[in-house]
Parts: sequence; C-alpha cells; structure tokens
Amino acid sequence: MELNVFILFMAAIFTSNILLTNFLGMCSYLSVSRQIESSLGLGFAVFFVMTCTTALNYVVYYFVLVPLDIVYLQYIIFIIVIAAFVQLIEMVIERLSPVLYYSLGIFLPLITVNCAILGVSLFMVIRNYSFIQSVTFGAGSGIGWLLAILALAGIRQKVNDTFVPAGLRGAGLSLIITGIMALGFIGFSGIAVIQ
Amino acid sequence: MTVGIVAGIGGFFALLLIIAESKLMNYGECTITINDKKKITEKGGSSLLTTLNNNKIFLSSACGGRGSCGFCKCKILKGGGPLLPTELPFLDEREKKDMVRLACQVKVKEDISIEIPEDIFAIQEFAGKVTSIKDMTYDIKELTIELTMPKEIEFKAGQYVQFVAPRYEKSRQSVTRAYSISSNPDHIKFIELIVRKVPDGLCTTYIHDYLKEGDTVNFTGPFGDFLIQDTHKDMIFIAGGSGKAPIKSMLEYLKAHKSKRKMTYLFGARTEKDLYHVELMKKLEDDLEHFEFVPILSKPDEGSKWSGKTGYIMPFLKEFIGKPENTEAYLCGSPGMIDAVIKELHNLKISEEQIFFDPFS
Ligand SMILES: Cc1cc2nc3c(=O)[nH]c(=O)nc-3n(C[C@H](O)[C@H](O)[C@H](O)COP(=O)(O)OP(=O)(O)OC[C@H]3O[C@@H](n4cnc5c(N)ncnc54)[C@H](O)[C@@H]3O)c2cc1C
Ligand code: FES
Repeated sequence: MELNVFILFMAAIFTSNILLTNFLGMCSYLSVSRQIESSLGLGFAVFFVMTCTTALNYVVYYFVLVPLDIVYLQYIIFIIVIAAFVQLIEMVIERLSPVLYYSLGIFLPLITVNCAILGVSLFMVIRNYSFIQSVTFGAGSGIGWLLAILALAGIRQKVNDTFVPAGLRGAGLSLIITGIMALGFIGFSGIAVIQ
Repeated sequence: MTVGIVAGIGGFFALLLIIAESKLMNYGECTITINDKKKITEKGGSSLLTTLNNNKIFLSSACGGRGSCGFCKCKILKGGGPLLPTELPFLDEREKKDMVRLACQVKVKEDISIEIPEDIFAIQEFAGKVTSIKDMTYDIKELTIELTMPKEIEFKAGQYVQFVAPRYEKSRQSVTRAYSISSNPDHIKFIELIVRKVPDGLCTTYIHDYLKEGDTVNFTGPFGDFLIQDTHKDMIFIAGGSGKAPIKSMLEYLKAHKSKRKMTYLFGARTEKDLYHVELMKKLEDDLEHFEFVPILSKPDEGSKWSGKTGYIMPFLKEFIGKPENTEAYLCGSPGMIDAVIKELHNLKISEEQIFFDPFS
C-alpha cells in the first residue's frame, strides 16, 4: 500500500514516536533532559542528523549495498555513514557558524551513539520506504524525538521545584515520567498506523 | 570480499574526513597574549590548556583536560568564543562576570588574550629520583624524591604537584594525579609526598606496588593556593589520612620560621593503626611555642589502651576554638569530610573568608 507522506510524517511524530513507542535513543534522552535549552539543542541536532543520515543511508543501501548483494552489511555500513556524517557536520558547523556550534556542536558527538538514528535507517529498509518516504520518516521521527525530550525536560524542571522522595530523584523519576508520557502517546494510536 | 568492501567504504569516509579536517580545521597561526606581556604563537585548533602546556606553561589540571575537575581556570579577556555548557557547573556568578573560563574547554581558533597568576610561570616539569619509600600505616606510604632535572624547586607550604605514573601492568595509559608536598619548602633539593592507597586506583597502586627506591619519576608543579595566610590569627588544622601532607609542610615551615601563632592540629582517624608521624608531631609540640596535636579516633580497637579522645572530630572543634573571629581553619582531605567540617565551623561562627581547604577530589 502506498503510504501518504503526510500521514507517515504525523505518525512518525505522534502515533509511532521513535522514543516513546520504540524506546530508542534513551540514554541521551535521560542524560540531557535536565534543562530545556540543552534538550532543545540536542533535539534539533537529532532531528537534523536523523533526516540527513536517513537520506544518505537510503542512497548507500540502494545504490551500493543492493547492487553488490551485500545488504547483510547494512548495520556496520549505516554506523560508519552516521559516524562520518556527524564528524563532518561537526567540522562544518564549527567552521561556518561558531554560534550554532556552541549551542549544537557539543551535542553532536552524543548523536553518533544514539540508537534512534540507526533505528530509523533500519526501519526504512525493513518497511520498504521510497526515498521521499524515508526522508519524511526520518524528519518526522526527529521531530518526535525532539518533542519527547522537550516534554521530559519541561516536566523535570517543574518537578525540581517540588518535593520528591530521595530514592526517586534523578533517573528513577525520569523513567516513571517517560512511562506515563508513553501511555499518553498511546492515546494517539489508531489515528494512523505505519508498521 | 566482505572485508574489502567494509574497508573500502570505511577508508573512503576516513579520507573524506582527513581532507575536511585539513581544509576546515585549519585556523592558521594564533597568538596567545598572557598577562599583557608574554606572547606565544601556535597553530590553532587545540584546547587552550594543551597549547599552554606545549609552551611549558602548566595550568593545574587534576582531570587531565576532561572538563571534570574545574581546576584549569583562567581569565580570558579577548577571544575564546562564548561560555560552554560544559563549563557552567564550575563557575560561580562572580567568575562568570570576571570572564573566568576552563582552559581545557576553550579551543584556540583566533588570537586570545588571557590573564593567569604570575606564579604559574614558576610551574615547571621536574624529574627526580626516589630516594626512600617508607610505610607510614598499612595503606599510607611516604616518598622522598630528590630532584635531578632541574635540581631545585621553589614552592610554598600547602602546594601540590601533579605526579605522572607511567603506563604499567595495571594501567594501559600514563596517568597524572595531584599530591600535596609534605616537606618543608625551605628544602628545595627534594620533596616528600604522603600517598594513601586507593583500592584499584591507577596512580596509587603504581606508587604502592610498583615504584621502587632508585626509580626516576616525573611531575609538574608547584600548584595550588591552599597557603598559610599572612596574619597573626590562631590556626586550627583539620586533616586525617594523607590529608596530613600539606599540613605537615605548613607546620614544619612555621617551626623553621619560629612562628608564635597559636596552632592546633586535629587529626581524625579510625583506629590506632591509622595514626602516623605521632613522634614527629610530639616533637613539633616541643619546638613550637603554642602548638597542640590532638589525634581523635572514631573507632579504637576493642581492648586497646587508647586514652585519647574518641568519636568524630566535629563535636571537639568547639573546645579548641577560642575566638572565632580570630581563628583561621585549614582543612584537607576528602570532599565529604571537608563539607561536614565546614558546616560545623559555620555553626561555630567562623566565616567563609577564614576557612581554607584543599579537597582531594
Ligand atoms: C589538590 C589535591 C591534592 C591531593 N593530595 C593528595 C595527597 O597528598 N595524598 C594522597 O594520597 N592523595 C592526594 N590527592 C588525591 C589524589 O590526587 C588521587 O585522586 C588519589 O590518590 C587516587 O588516585 P588513583 O589514580 O590511585 O585512583 P583513580 O584511578 O583515580 O581512582 C580509582 C577509583 O577510586 C575512586 N577514588 C579516587 N580517589 C579516592 C579517594 N581519595 N578515596 C576513595 N576513592 C577514591 C575513584 O572514584 C575511582 O573509582 C590529592 C588530590 C587533589 C585534587
Ligand atoms: S583540566 Fe579538569 S576541568 Fe579542565
């Protein structure tokens, strides 16, 4: 069935949020969600890298791996592409826009090891997306991830001002909040399914 | 075939990155102006800390440039880009206003103008020969290092050096750790260090289990501003374990200079096995006019003949503080102990400006 790109985009953001339904990219989500500004920085970086690497990996997969009949190497090749892209982008941003580098740049290395980025590229292959669909899915998932981390950071900043039992502070409470957020997002399911 | 393809693709990206690096990361020559008088010119791209190190200017850096100790502070008057989130946790409001930055986080990409304390120029690299290693307790050793290159060191009581432990069996890389000098600064041909073994610690295992008398060691220094204040106030020293190192140096200096200040040294330990240099402290009591050494054991062994004070240090502080406004406190040891003692000192009305400390973090 040909999937409408608009539906795919919305589904990637809400009903199939990469973080809240697939629980991918959790480590940086938990560790960088203390402040809204830093989570916004990381979120944008994830959105950007996810969109670009999905497009790049699409090209590498269908124009190199498939013709050479080595699709079983997709994991390692995708990781190489992501790592190289992140490094390259870091250098370009550092050179061209110091301001952007200082707000985004320090988060870029964190992204190389963000499994949500690899996950999106792998889903694109498993689900047989076209190029346009892949890029839309990558961008939607990036926005979804950004939305999730921003929501968590906002809640954590509020929670900081309230009393929390000592044993629950930090990661414990963040995981509980994430669980409740995931439940909330289940409310969107049924609107669109992209599996 | 598989290996070839992976290597090929990997190689292609590596080449791309190398080309990008040589084109994009080339900042050309950058000039660092230090205290408005000294200028150094170096290829840009590295951190300020590394660039200064390459030019034999050694800012203190207990974490080796990972941005986790907050020691490598310096004022950056011009250049250096905006403040980074990695620096924020280490800077208070006043420092932010004074343009203080962490040198290991700032990259040299343009001409920079910085301000550092003058005595940093005295910081040098040293090589020395270990002339003695003595057991003080079951987990503390005292090292004597005779300087060979250069042959003399100038330091102040309370300062520390950055000791370099080379690669060895249990550590795949060379590590650098801070150790306070425990000898009298009047002796400039050797230094003494007191080192407590941290279980599985990379540097202390090297010093305790691998280092031998006659070996050559390297260190940089002297660093630190945990120093005797030039006043006439009473002094109370509080340090247990290897925290005794800088205190011993201070006491020996004060003795040599015939200080008449009132001094008390409270040494906290668990059992009698943790006490050391007791004889030396007794001798200092004889030599210094107003000095008292007070060991306090928190858990003396059952059946021991210990007749001194027992318990934690905190409740005893009051007893030794005459006039709070006329008392300076010098603390050294683990951050936990320091925090607890500072809290109690505040309760006893000793103000922030009269408390000096070096946390072994
Ligand atoms: C200014 C300054 C002065 C210092 N002066 C002295 C001194 O005179 N004598 C002295 O013995 N030490 C001193 N230290 C501490 C010293 O620099 C090292 O941190 C310590 O010796 C451990 O080094 P390591 O390489 O053996 O352990 P590492 O390999 O760094 O650490 C191994 C593990 O032990 C933990 N750890 C580190 N330090 C301690 C500790 N103190 N107690 C318990 N666990 C620890 C670490 O978190 C880590 O998990 C000083 C530190 C500072 C900052
Ligand atoms: S060297 Fe430790 S923070 Fe810079």
